[in-house]
Amino acid sequence: MHTPMNKYELNDSHKKTIKEICESFGNKHGELINILHRTQEKLGYLPEAVQNEIALNLDMPLAKVYGVVSFYSFFTMTPKGKYPISVCLGTACFVRGAERIVETLEEELKIKVGQVTEDGKFSLDCLRCIGACGLAPVILIGDDVHGRLTPDMIKGILKQYK
Amino acid sequence: MYKMQLLVCGGTGCQASASATIVDKLNESLKAHGLTEDAQVVITGCFGFCEKGPIVKVIPDNTFYTQVTPEDAEEIVAEHILKGRRVSRLLYEDPETKEHVSDSKHMGFYQKQMRIALRNCGFIDPENIDEYIARDGYSALAQVITELTPDQAIDMLKQSGLRGRGGAGFPAGLKWEFTKNYTADQKYVVCNADEGDPGAFMDRSILEGDPNSVIEAMAICGYCIGANKGVVYIRAEYPLAIHRLQVAIEQANEYGLLGKNILGTDFSFEMELRYGAGAFVCGEETALIASMEGGRGEPNFKPPFPAESGYNKKPTCVNNVETFANVPVIYLKGPEWFSSIGTEKSKGTKVFALAGKINNVGLIEVPMGITLREIIFEIGGGIKDGKKFKAVQTGGPSGGCLTEKDLDTPIDFDSLLAAGSMMGSGGMIVMDEDDCMVSIAKFYLEFIVEESCGKCTPCRVGNKRMLETLEKICGGKGDMEDLDNLRNMAHVIRDTSLCGLGQTSPNPVLSTLDNFYDEYVAHVKDKKCEAKQCKALATYTIIPEACTGCTVCARNCPTDAITGERRQPHFINQDLCIRCGVCYTKCKFNAILVQ
Repeated sequence: MHTPMNKYELNDSHKKTIKEICESFGNKHGELINILHRTQEKLGYLPEAVQNEIALNLDMPLAKVYGVVSFYSFFTMTPKGKYPISVCLGTACFVRGAERIVETLEEELKIKVGQVTEDGKFSLDCLRCIGACGLAPVILIGDDVHGRLTPDMIKGILKQYK
Repeated sequence: MYKMQLLVCGGTGCQASASATIVDKLNESLKAHGLTEDAQVVITGCFGFCEKGPIVKVIPDNTFYTQVTPEDAEEIVAEHILKGRRVSRLLYEDPETKEHVSDSKHMGFYQKQMRIALRNCGFIDPENIDEYIARDGYSALAQVITELTPDQAIDMLKQSGLRGRGGAGFPAGLKWEFTKNYTADQKYVVCNADEGDPGAFMDRSILEGDPNSVIEAMAICGYCIGANKGVVYIRAEYPLAIHRLQVAIEQANEYGLLGKNILGTDFSFEMELRYGAGAFVCGEETALIASMEGGRGEPNFKPPFPAESGYNKKPTCVNNVETFANVPVIYLKGPEWFSSIGTEKSKGTKVFALAGKINNVGLIEVPMGITLREIIFEIGGGIKDGKKFKAVQTGGPSGGCLTEKDLDTPIDFDSLLAAGSMMGSGGMIVMDEDDCMVSIAKFYLEFIVEESCGKCTPCRVGNKRMLETLEKICGGKGDMEDLDNLRNMAHVIRDTSLCGLGQTSPNPVLSTLDNFYDEYVAHVKDKKCEAKQCKALATYTIIPEACTGCTVCARNCPTDAITGERRQPHFINQDLCIRCGVCYTKCKFNAILVQ
């Protein structure tokens, strides 16, 4: 999933991947969101160079592609860590102390929400409700759900991903 | 046929607690005991009782095991399946009588519930269409397309009184009729599965537990309005629900229940999925359609309504997941049966995601007209840790907070509106004495500010200004004038915003201002936060008896406000303290007192 990719310049294989994705959706403007989903799945994130390539393939203004990418929280213009961490900030998690979980994670990882650790191992984001309110507060690390958390559990959980 | 079945909950909550491993272990044990011919393990949708998950239910004796771990699998098989003896330590314990309850029918959590939309969740394998068919699945579709005209079918839906479960409560039958009345070469049925409400997981559970009921209803709708295409717009954040829908659509196509000339009639219906990408505003139907067309999910003026000009500018009928899930039963049991349930203006049941400071977190379905007291104290089992009930928030970021005085109001679409909240999609978050209502209002506004699409000014700018005011109040810098400003801004935003998101966005602020005005006043006048949630309003002191002099607080204090000798009680200099709360978080001996 995480092909090393220069943020500013794409090599031919990246361009080929993007072209194939756009073609698989018939280069239709109406399929832009699906194309972005698939591209992010393949390349990890959607920096300007990738958006530009998509715009060229679909023959639409880059501003339009950027408008869509920046509108939806699922699309990211920065790379994620090897283990992306998402803290659920749904209401159920909020009233059961999710904010303190975020603070503890920021402290442990020495990064802020939206950033990646220096070694590229963890990235930290917040999201709205994954629907596991029975386990509140909840975090996702990759696809693993960790629930019923207290701040003192964070250190041990992060250790599992060293 | 198997003599026994082990139903294992495969909902999101239980899967997060290793229910997939439990399935593997159960299968291993069955094999080891040579019981694979006699008993079968089935992964089902959500049972609803998420608090006590993972759930394993044994059929036919309906034994309901709670909080099962993979290590318990062997005992369940060896004792229950082989020897017919229940594993009593895994049974639910009634919190009052302390007795074990083996059957869900006798649990407080289930007694007051009535399951229509969730009728199959937790009973069938959602990835096997035969199980849905065995419970009368697709017979409503067969009946409608072979025996009824579209007008007759729409009339039945109108008679049932079913109202849209997505939030606004618009009568579903009318919506179908409007869409039918427009002539066009192409029409669409759209299922809104963009459940963006924080703390709500009703639609997700239905799609994960019973995807076929939604597909069947969409096909019925297609027949009624004259559409041969159905699209489910679903959040990309729901991978399991997406997977189960895909499986169900594939199987329905194989069985000829979707596709060309369904059941030998002239009616054809195809389905596809479209993925959302994380934008709350896309729950609004015009924004949802803009997003389906590949663009920014910004709402548009109505009229024209989607019934006239929707997806690809064609007549489109948009209903939400729960609305659709109700439809097949209405045709099977008749509109009279459905309209006999509920209140005068709100018929049937409503699914709620009950969460927050409550003992039984979970997914519940109750008849309209039930009281909040019944939901919170009987089904929900009361407030966690014996704390005092303070408020219940319904309707998510568009709803409001209800208090003690509303507990005995029978709830339906209209009574919730009258009480200053709304039904919304069904999130229900319970709060206790430790929750600061000003912070809660701030929490919802943060959400709104982040999710506002920016198209119209009142919502984009107004909510930002309101949030700044609330931040000022929580930061201890508010004054009485701010409270009036909040109310004024709220009214302007409510009256002038373009779409439903903006028009309802001030509700959390207005309802907390109405119900908890004293708490706001305490924040601005006395600079006090009773619930101790607003750090800037707290005073931190050290309890000398509890302090061991470990120096952790002093070393972590960013302003060196804490002094003291090693192994001697420390002291906080209030003039230097910036109330950041670090000492409180760091202290291992509970020696920091927050007032």
